[in-house]
Amino acid sequence: MNAVVGKIVGVDVGGTFTDLFYYDEDAARFRTAKVPSNRGDEAIGFLEGLKTFGPLAQLGSIVHGTTVGTNALLERKGARIGLITTRGFRDVLEMRRRDRRNTWGLWGDFVPVVDRDLRLEVGERTMADGTIREEINSDEVKEIARTLLARGAEALAMVFINAYANPANELKALAAAREVWPNENIECSAQILPEIREFERTSTTALNAYLQPVVGSYLGKLNQALAQEKFSGKFHIVQSNGGVMSTATARRLPVRTALSGPAAGVIASAAIAKAAGFPDVITGDLGGTSFDVSIVVDGETALAAQTTIDFGLVIRTPMIEITTIGAGGGSIAHVDAGGLLQVGPESAGSRPGPVAYGQGNTRPTLTDANVVLGRINAERPIGGKLARLDVEAAKAAIAKHVAEPLGLDAMQAAEAIVRVANGKMAGAIRLVSIERGHDPGRFAAVPFGGGGALHVGALIKDVGLKAALVPRYPGVTSALGCVIADIRHDQVQTVNLLLDQLDDAALDQRMVEEAEASRAVVEEAGLSVERIDILFELDMHYVGQTHTVSVPLPVSLQNGTTGTTAFIVREAFERAYQASFSRLLPGVPAKIVNLRTAAVGRRPHFDLSALAPEASASLETARLGGRPVWFDGDWHDTAIYARLDLPVGAVVHGPAILEQPDATTVIDPDLVARVDDFGNIIVERAI
Amino acid sequence: MSPIDPVTLAVLKGRLEQIADEMDATLYRSAFNPIIAEARDACHGLYHPVTGATLVQGTNGLPIFVGAMAFAVKAVIDKVEREGGLEPGDTFLFNDPYDGGTHLNDFRLVRPIFREGKLYCWLASVGHWLDIGGNVPGGFNAQATESFQEGVRFPPVRFIRAGVMNEDILAILSANARVPVSNFGDLNGQLNALDLGERRLTELLDEYGDAVVATAFDAFSDRAEAMMRAAVSALPDGIYPFEDYLDNDGITDQRLTIALDLTVSGDSMVLDFSRSSAPCAGPLNIAYSTAVACCYVALKHVFTDVPANAGCLRPITFVIPSTTLLGAKAPKPVGGYTETILRVIGVVFGALAKADPSRATAGPFGTINALSLAGHRADGSRWVMFSFFGGGLGGNPESDGLNHANNPISTATIPPAEILEAAYPVMFTQWALRPDSAGAGIHRGGVGAIYEIESLTDADVFLLGERGRFAPFGVAGGLPASLNQFFWQSDEGEQSPPMASKVANVKIRAGQRVRLESPGGGGWGNPLERDPQRVARDVRLGYVSAETAARDYGVVVTENGEVDESATIALRKGAAA
Repeated sequence: MNAVVGKIVGVDVGGTFTDLFYYDEDAARFRTAKVPSNRGDEAIGFLEGLKTFGPLAQLGSIVHGTTVGTNALLERKGARIGLITTRGFRDVLEMRRRDRRNTWGLWGDFVPVVDRDLRLEVGERTMADGTIREEINSDEVKEIARTLLARGAEALAMVFINAYANPANELKALAAAREVWPNENIECSAQILPEIREFERTSTTALNAYLQPVVGSYLGKLNQALAQEKFSGKFHIVQSNGGVMSTATARRLPVRTALSGPAAGVIASAAIAKAAGFPDVITGDLGGTSFDVSIVVDGETALAAQTTIDFGLVIRTPMIEITTIGAGGGSIAHVDAGGLLQVGPESAGSRPGPVAYGQGNTRPTLTDANVVLGRINAERPIGGKLARLDVEAAKAAIAKHVAEPLGLDAMQAAEAIVRVANGKMAGAIRLVSIERGHDPGRFAAVPFGGGGALHVGALIKDVGLKAALVPRYPGVTSALGCVIADIRHDQVQTVNLLLDQLDDAALDQRMVEEAEASRAVVEEAGLSVERIDILFELDMHYVGQTHTVSVPLPVSLQNGTTGTTAFIVREAFERAYQASFSRLLPGVPAKIVNLRTAAVGRRPHFDLSALAPEASASLETARLGGRPVWFDGDWHDTAIYARLDLPVGAVVHGPAILEQPDATTVIDPDLVARVDDFGNIIVERAI
Repeated sequence: MSPIDPVTLAVLKGRLEQIADEMDATLYRSAFNPIIAEARDACHGLYHPVTGATLVQGTNGLPIFVGAMAFAVKAVIDKVEREGGLEPGDTFLFNDPYDGGTHLNDFRLVRPIFREGKLYCWLASVGHWLDIGGNVPGGFNAQATESFQEGVRFPPVRFIRAGVMNEDILAILSANARVPVSNFGDLNGQLNALDLGERRLTELLDEYGDAVVATAFDAFSDRAEAMMRAAVSALPDGIYPFEDYLDNDGITDQRLTIALDLTVSGDSMVLDFSRSSAPCAGPLNIAYSTAVACCYVALKHVFTDVPANAGCLRPITFVIPSTTLLGAKAPKPVGGYTETILRVIGVVFGALAKADPSRATAGPFGTINALSLAGHRADGSRWVMFSFFGGGLGGNPESDGLNHANNPISTATIPPAEILEAAYPVMFTQWALRPDSAGAGIHRGGVGAIYEIESLTDADVFLLGERGRFAPFGVAGGLPASLNQFFWQSDEGEQSPPMASKVANVKIRAGQRVRLESPGGGGWGNPLERDPQRVARDVRLGYVSAETAARDYGVVVTENGEVDESATIALRKGAAA
C-alpha cells in the first residue's frame, strides 16, 4: 500500500463557519483555522481555509465532513430523479409503511422525493425464494428510461421486489438502462442495499439517486478547484458511520454522507476521551435548536442500522447513532395551558435567535436564561458577530413569559428554564445509556460544538455521570475527527439461514467473499493505514419474530477462512439476545437474517498531546477576574478564566467560568475542574 | 409553591414516560407476531393502586389501548378486592372483552408494584395475539353471533403467583391456539416489558422517594384536567349532533347507526350516544369501556396537547346505555370491534367539526379491513396470513389528508410485502395508491390503496371490513370519499361479498387472486374553491381522474395536464349556481 506523506487537513463545513484542522504527521504539529462558510458555493470558504496553511500542493491529503447531503435532504433540494419498479409497485415510496407523522393529531401530508409521473413500472417478477417468475425485457427498460429522461430525470434508481433474494433482473435492467442513460447517476437497489423490506430499500435507493447529482457536482467543483491549486494528494469524505471513503465511493453512494459532519465530531470526541482515560463517553452537541447525543462504549461508537431524516425519508445504512431532542440554545421557554414550564421544541434558531441578540424575538430562550444568570458573558458573545448581548431585554422576557405565570421572580424563573432544559438533556443521555443497560457512573460527558459545556455540571449530577471532558478546542472537534477517522466500508446481504440447518462451510465462504469485497474498497481509498480489520455481525432472531438482534461474531479472517461454526453463532446469538431481553426461548429455532460485513482501515496513531497547552501557561495569567453568577437560588462571586491559557495540571474549584472564543465552560459550586495532559478540561464532583 | 416544585414535576414527567416508552419498545422488538412487532398493536403504562386510573402512558402506545387500559387494571383490582391475597411478584393475565378488555385477541398482563409491603401502583401490558381459537383463524369472524365463536375467553387469572408461573395456564393457552409458539413468544415479550418497567420504576422511586412521585402522579392528572377544561371552554356552548353508519353486522344486511349528541357547557362536555342502534347479532358490538376509550382517542387527536392520563376525562360525562351496541354485555360478539370504534371516533370528529370548524378533520377512511388468507403448504403445514390495511386520512384546515395512512386508533405500520411473501405462500401483484378514492375539497382527502394478492396454494379467505355502503364523510363543504371494495377470483369469474366488506370461508384455488380497494379520506371545504393548478397536478400524477376533476372540482384539465382556464371558469360558475 502506498503511504501518502502526512500533511493532512480535516475540513468541516458548517452552516456559518468552515473549521479546519491541519496536521503534519512527521513533525507532529497542528494548526487550526476558521473562515466564514459560503452557503451555495462552499468551495470558496473551503479553499480560503486551506490556503491559510500554505500552498495546497504541499498537502498530502484532505478529509472532508460535509453537510451538503444533509441539507439537500432536509431542505428537499435534491435532484429530479426517475424510479423504475416492478409492475404494481411504483407507489411503495409514497405509501411508506402506512405510518403517520404523529401518534396524536391527523393533520399534515407527505410529498415523496420522486413525483408519481417519474415513477414507472416494468414487467418482471422475482419470488421471495429467488426464483424468477417473469424475466425482464431489456428493450422495455430502455424505453422507460428514455421516457424518464424526456421528463427531466437527472438520475435513475431501480428497485425490484425481492431483488435482495436474487438481483439478476435488476442487474440486467441496470445494464440495459446504462446503454441509454447519459450520466453515471444510475443505480439499482441490489447494489445499494441487498436487504429485505421493499420500502426501506426503495427509500434508501431513491434518496441515493436524489443526492447523486447534488453531491457529485459539489465534489466535482471541489476537485476542480483543488486541481487548479495544484493539489495532487488524496481527497476523502467522512461517512455517516464515522469512517472515511474515497470521493469516488461518495459519488456512487452519497446517501452514506447524510450524517457526515456530526459523525466526524463523535469520532474525534471518542478518540480524545479515550486518550484521556475515558473510554466510555456520551457526546453532546448543543446547537441552536437541538441537542444531539451519541454514546461511545470502550472507545467504539454505536451504529444504528436505519435513520429517519424526516417523516417518510428513511435511510437504511449504518450511521453513527445520534439521538436528537428539541432542546437547544434557541429553544423557547413557555408555560403551557396546564401550568407546566416547557422548554422547546419550538426554537428561535440563530435568526432571529434569543431575545438577548436583539434581532426581533421577544420570547425567552435557553440562551437568554444563561445570559440572565451570568453564565454567558454578555460583553463577549461567542462567534464574534454581535458586540454585546441585551441582558435586560432577556430578563424582561423571562419575567413576562415564565416568572409571572409561575409566581416566581425573574432569577428563579431563569434558573427553572435551565433546570428544565438540563432535565431534557439528561433525559436524552439516559435514553442512550441507562435505557440500554449501561451504568451512567462509568461514563463521562463530552460536549463539543459551542453550547454543551455550559450544562456539563447538571449532566454530571442529574444523570450520575462520572465526569465531563471538555475538549481543548470544542469548535474544531469535527475537523479534527476528519483527520483521525478510520477508513471504513460496510456491506449487508440478506441470507435467511436456519441455524439448525446451517452449512458452516457455505456461510464461511459467503463471509470470506463479503470480506474481500469490502476490503478491496478500503484498499482502493489509498490512505495510509496500519492494518485492515474485518468485522462481522449477524442480524438474528427466533423464527416467527420480525425484529432482529445484532450479533457480533467473535471471528476474524485468517488464511482465507473465518472459522465460523453454528456453535459459535449460537453462543453469540444467545449472549446478544440475553443482553437485550430477560428471557431466552429454548426450543424455538433461530435464524440468521442478514450478514453485515465492515472493513475498517485503521489510521496511524494520532498523538493528541500535540494539542496540549504551552509550558509557559500559568493559572495567574489565565485569571480574567470575576463576576457574580447565579447558582442554586443566589448570586455567587465567580472566578473567570481564559480557558486556553490554563496550564496542564491547573485545578479550578467552582464556582468558576472558563471562557474561550468558541465555548464557555461553567463549573458549578460543588464541582472542580482540572486541566489534563492534553489540555482537556475534566470536570468532576468536588470531594 | 405547590407541594412539588414545577421543575421536578417536569423532570419526573419525562422520566416516567420514558419508562412506558421503553416497555413498548421492548415488546415490539421481542414480540413474535407482526401485529405487535410491526403494527405496534400494544401499549404499556402505570396505573393508580386503588382506582386503576391511568397515571402515565408511553408516547407511542396504541391509542385505543391507551384509552382502555384503566378499565383493564380496574378489572384486576375488583378481582383482588373480591378474593384478596395479592402478593408481590403476582401477575394477572386476561382477555375478557366485557371486563376491561377489547376483543379476545388482546391479552393483558397486569402486575402490582409493592413498596415497603404496600401496593404502590400497577404496571400493565397489552398486546394483540395472532390467534386464540374460535372458528376463524386470526379471530376476525364476520359471522359470529356469540363470543364463544370468536375464541377462548380468560377472565383475570393469577398467571404468576409470587414469582412462580402457573404452567397449567400456559398449557391451556397453548391447547387453544392455532399457532401456540407465536402466543408464547408474545407472552414472553410482554413479561420482558413488565420486568423492565418494574426495574426502572424501582430505580426511580429509590431516587426520588415514593411520596414525591405519588404527588407528581396527582399533579399530572390535575394538569391534564385543567388543559382539557381550557380546551372545552374555548368551544361555543351548544348541542352538536352527528351520525354515521356501519354497513351491517355481517348477519343481516341492515345498517347500524352510531349517533352522538355532544353538549358543550362551560368547561365540561356530555357525550351522549343514546340514539345509537341496539346491540346487534353480529360481531360489531363494543363494551362500555371500549366506547369511552374511543372518545378519549378522538379528543386526543383534536386536542393534541392534553396529556395522556385519566385527568383529561374528568370534565366529560358519558351516556352510553347498555341498550345500544356501544354498551354490549357478554356474550354478544365483539370480534369486529375495530370497525365500530372507528365509527365512534368519526362521529366525535364530526360533532366537534360543527362546534369548531377550525379544528375540523374530515372522516378518515374508517375501516380496518382485517383480511386473512389461510391454507396448507405443500409439506402439509398450516399457514395463516393476517393483516390490516391502510387508506387515506381526511382533509383538514392545514393540508390535504395523508395518502395511505394508518387508522386513528393505532400507529400500526404495515408489514412489508417482502416480509409477507417470505413468510407465506402469497405473491402481491399490486400494492398501489387508488386513484379517485379521496373526497374532494379545498383540501382533499388522502387517497386509499389497492392491494392485489395471488395465493400460491389453495386458500380460505376471510375479510372483516366496513365502508362498503357508507363512505367517509367530508366536512365544511367537502365531499365524501369512495367506498371500500373487495373482490376475489373464482372459476365463475370475479366475485364480491354480499355483505359489502364482510366475508368468511370463501375458497380460492392456487393462482387465483383477491383484491382490496380501500377508501380515501373525506374532503375539507368546498372543492370548487380548490386551486385549479393543484387539481391539474392531481390529474397529472393520477390521484384524480380528469372526469372527477370536472365533476367534483369544476376544473377542466387538458390532455397534457394543464388547466383549461376559460372552460374551468365557466364550469365553476355553472356549478356554483
